[in-house]
Amino acid sequence: MTRSEGSLAIIFTFMLAYILTVMVLPDLLEYLRPEWVALIIIYWVIAIPHRVGVIVAWVVGIFQDVLVGAVLGQHALALSAVAYITYMLHMRIRVFPVWQQSLSVLLLVGVYLMIVLMVQRTVATSHWTLWYWLPALSSAVVWPWIVLPLRWLRKQYAIN
Amino acid sequence: MITFVILSMVLIFVDHRTGLLKPVRYSLSVLMTPIQYISNTPVRVAEWSADGVKSKDQLQRENVALSNQVLLLERRVQKLASTVAENKRLKELMNSSDIVDDRVIVAEIVGVDPDPYRHEVIVNKGRNDGLYEGQAVLDADGLMGQIIEVGPMTSRALLISDSTHGLPVHANRNGVRAIAVGSGILDKLRLIHVPDTADLEVGDLLVSSGLGGRFPKGYPVGVVSKVSHDPGQPFAIVEARPTANLDRSRYVLLVFSVEEPAEESVAESVDVSTEGLPTEKISAIDGGEG
Repeated sequence: MTRSEGSLAIIFTFMLAYILTVMVLPDLLEYLRPEWVALIIIYWVIAIPHRVGVIVAWVVGIFQDVLVGAVLGQHALALSAVAYITYMLHMRIRVFPVWQQSLSVLLLVGVYLMIVLMVQRTVATSHWTLWYWLPALSSAVVWPWIVLPLRWLRKQYAIN
Repeated sequence: MITFVILSMVLIFVDHRTGLLKPVRYSLSVLMTPIQYISNTPVRVAEWSADGVKSKDQLQRENVALSNQVLLLERRVQKLASTVAENKRLKELMNSSDIVDDRVIVAEIVGVDPDPYRHEVIVNKGRNDGLYEGQAVLDADGLMGQIIEVGPMTSRALLISDSTHGLPVHANRNGVRAIAVGSGILDKLRLIHVPDTADLEVGDLLVSSGLGGRFPKGYPVGVVSKVSHDPGQPFAIVEARPTANLDRSRYVLLVFSVEEPAEESVAESVDVSTEGLPTEKISAIDGGEG
């Protein structure tokens, strides 16, 4: 498998994350929607930090801004910050058991949500409740289930 | 890392304060259009198969055509209510000559904003169909919102219930004017700056007043659901329930105003006293109620 095929696989995972991010869900589930794009970024930064880092996270974030109609730079800022923190900790998180990784994801997505909220509150008044933090929880819960297919994908395409 | 933080902040600032990045967003949105469409396929497939079980292909098409027609007809009925009331008040001679039947097109909602705190939908018509920013969006029962971002094939519409949206309305019964501001809750609008003495009652129909020139005049917006007077407050507390099915409509109507899209300068020069609303979207209020 070539390197470019690997890159394609990585791009594919982000496409999938985008689709899941804007997919129409029933009302209640909407509050529980995991932050797919952030999860995928965290995974790739932990797995292959030399290829997916702050720069990729930033570009991915710009596209997410366009997709969800946010101020340009909002998700870019949040995702690159998360990528940076993940990069600093990736050696440690890598050897954690999965449940402990989930806890790290809880905190990382929390940071992500916090930055998004900060930007949102600066540029617009937003209706905001404690429910806002639920995605951090649901992201941590789905983490073990997204690690498995991504790990398989990585083996399949020998991405490293 | 610091570079990226600064870069992001500059971007946020430039995008929020100026329109310089609109072309960038426009071209990037072309790339993202397929994603919008794909994410909507489950809904499409479900709908398509539900139709397919009932009828053959032709019947399906007929059905769609008919429901579009119903929408168009129902819109005309909507306008009747306000026109009749206006006749009754014998104001016909002064103003109503400007109620010309507007041109409309039907669009389908292909996506909703994934953020539950923002009330925005994506429709499947864009610049190629002649849409423009600030265009009014209706459904069969009333005003839904306005277009805030136009892409080549899809556009984004802000619903009237979004907490950053406001529009000038007047009561159909007696013409009392007010500004209806979204509350962030789908079935609630707040009427701001209503004097305690204003003659508004529960059940009053509010229609768009057309002041400010962004929304066409005379479409139903909401029904007053609560009026209360708090002696400690300078204004009466009035709430209304939108008549449009903000969370259910699948097909919407886009109205082309008789005059050309409202000029930027007009929208920006209006300085409605709506503290707490972001400066960017104040242009959406286009009040003139001051």
